[in-house]
Amino acid sequence: MGILEVKDVGKRFGGLQALGDVNLSVQENTCHAIIGPNGAGKSTLLNCLIGKLIPDTGSVMFAGQSVLGRTPYEICQMGISRVFQTPEIFGDLSVLENMMIPIFARRDGAFALNALSSVFGQKDILEQAEHMLEEMNMADKRHMHAASMSRGDKRRLEIGMCLSQQPRLLLLDEPTAGMARADTNNTIDLLKEIKNERDITIAIIEHDMHVVFSLADRITVLAQGTPLVEDTPDKIKGHPKVREAYLGESA
Amino acid sequence: MLGLDKKDALLFLIVVAMVVLAPFILNPFPTDSSLAQFNAGYPDLMQRFLIFGIFAVGFNILFGLTGYLSFGHAAFLGVGSYAGVWMFKLLGMNVLLAIVSSVLMSAVFAVVIGYISLRRSGIYFSILTLAFAQMSYALAYSVLSGITNGETGLQLSHNDPRVLGASVNADGSLPVPNLFGLEMRATETLNIGPWAFDFNAGYYVCAVFMIAGFYLAIRIFRSPFGMMLRAVKSNQQRMHYTGLNTRPYTLAAFVISGMYAGLAGGLMVSMDPLAGAERMLWTRSGEVVLMTILGGAGTLIGPVLGAGFIKYFENIFSKINDNVLHGWFAFMPDGLENAVVWILHPFIGKGWHLTLGILFMLVVIFLPGGLVEGGQRIMGLFRRSPKDGAKQDTEASKHPAE
Repeated sequence: MGILEVKDVGKRFGGLQALGDVNLSVQENTCHAIIGPNGAGKSTLLNCLIGKLIPDTGSVMFAGQSVLGRTPYEICQMGISRVFQTPEIFGDLSVLENMMIPIFARRDGAFALNALSSVFGQKDILEQAEHMLEEMNMADKRHMHAASMSRGDKRRLEIGMCLSQQPRLLLLDEPTAGMARADTNNTIDLLKEIKNERDITIAIIEHDMHVVFSLADRITVLAQGTPLVEDTPDKIKGHPKVREAYLGESA
Repeated sequence: MLGLDKKDALLFLIVVAMVVLAPFILNPFPTDSSLAQFNAGYPDLMQRFLIFGIFAVGFNILFGLTGYLSFGHAAFLGVGSYAGVWMFKLLGMNVLLAIVSSVLMSAVFAVVIGYISLRRSGIYFSILTLAFAQMSYALAYSVLSGITNGETGLQLSHNDPRVLGASVNADGSLPVPNLFGLEMRATETLNIGPWAFDFNAGYYVCAVFMIAGFYLAIRIFRSPFGMMLRAVKSNQQRMHYTGLNTRPYTLAAFVISGMYAGLAGGLMVSMDPLAGAERMLWTRSGEVVLMTILGGAGTLIGPVLGAGFIKYFENIFSKINDNVLHGWFAFMPDGLENAVVWILHPFIGKGWHLTLGILFMLVVIFLPGGLVEGGQRIMGLFRRSPKDGAKQDTEASKHPAE
């Protein structure tokens, strides 16, 4: 039984069957990649996992509990964090404040009317945020406006914010999309480090095969809304069905 | 000090000093000098400075922090006013009763209006709040005239029960609002040479509430709650995927700012026990938006400055008439004098809105951060040498909401 169990999930947009009977099992403390050509339904699947979309059929279980019908913040409080394709951070806030917010969210829950204490008077939270910034190698940027950083740094911050929530499952949606090669490699190294040093399950959607093959323990190939194959990276590389899905039948 | 860091404590002390010493600061000209008409230190206007300052400080907690632009905050001003006058009518003339009931009633209204309006954001939220305020205004004028006394406005009468006090004074006059016997209209005038300074009881009651309200606003700005509100403005998506529910945060901000507006309404009727429906009109809602933006939305002191600026214009600039102008330009040759007065005529007296409008446009275009940004730039000119420019930028980012 995996930490994330997707059973017979289907989603239809008008006449388009975006997902049809997707079954997927993500094992705890592994890195599971979902790949597939454009329009394969990767993003739809991801949105079904985090409460942005509700599938028409099937079930999604996380750590034994159904996520269907829950709002994104409830699912997040269950222990699923999401990294977006374009980094979603609090651009108007300082880097340090960005890092403090998820720690507050973990401690105080989805809402707390903590209106009279001072942000920087909360020593334990400040300490944890500083610690995480150091782990992300961003301690020198703590007072910067988050919006003024480079894309690579924003990505790094976003991943750090997600880790601050101490999630059990980290979802990454094309984390290196639109990045320069150096930034991509840095991100891969960072994710490898996270994978090796933490008890965390990672599910990653990615286009870049270099990223997928450097990180994933298992790969699911999605095409036209259904999983084609699921296997280890080595086996996927030479799989005829995968080549067919990516390159067309004649290849 | 008081749980504030050094910078905030300094700002707070400056505001306290300005509020306490306002009767001196606002009356810089001797009473019989030709510039005496620029004196703003008379009780009625000073009270309005503070009351609208409270209104704007509260509005800024919603607009400045969360970015939700309410166009219906005058509804809470009106609700607070009616609730206050009803307290005077039913219970007694102690202003504390009126103010407490104003704040509570406006909180109830804010919960209802906020709960519905906050289902949408951006322009739709603004329109919803505007619709609510206009509905309240229309209802107060017509259907609810049993409670609001319609066009005439709600006022004290000889038949009020006033169970905690007398309905009518022994001499047949109506009782006046007081704080444990201290009448709000009581004024001591201090004459120093040609100067006269008014010290008004009502003003200092407003001052206590204004200072308390401003202090609370600083605490909210610097609290985790305030940081979450800025996060709402910055990125709601990230809020949700950080496990935070934005709805109660925005609703709490809405209710708090509604209560500030209710407090302002309660103080208004404590100074003058009369409440009319026009207090809920959309122009009042627009006025507080102008005050906040003019002063600097999202800054602590901005709304106070904006409120003072606009009220000064409304009351002082509007009193300059052609005769006054003729007096000023009497040194010119007759033809030129008439020409200058003719040119300036549309901008003064009843035309003060035109002047204010132009100033508002100039501020929004050239100082998007409002008067506060203007002040910072001037300070920067004096302080900044090229070397420490970078250092100041990092300092500034420590307090992004200042």
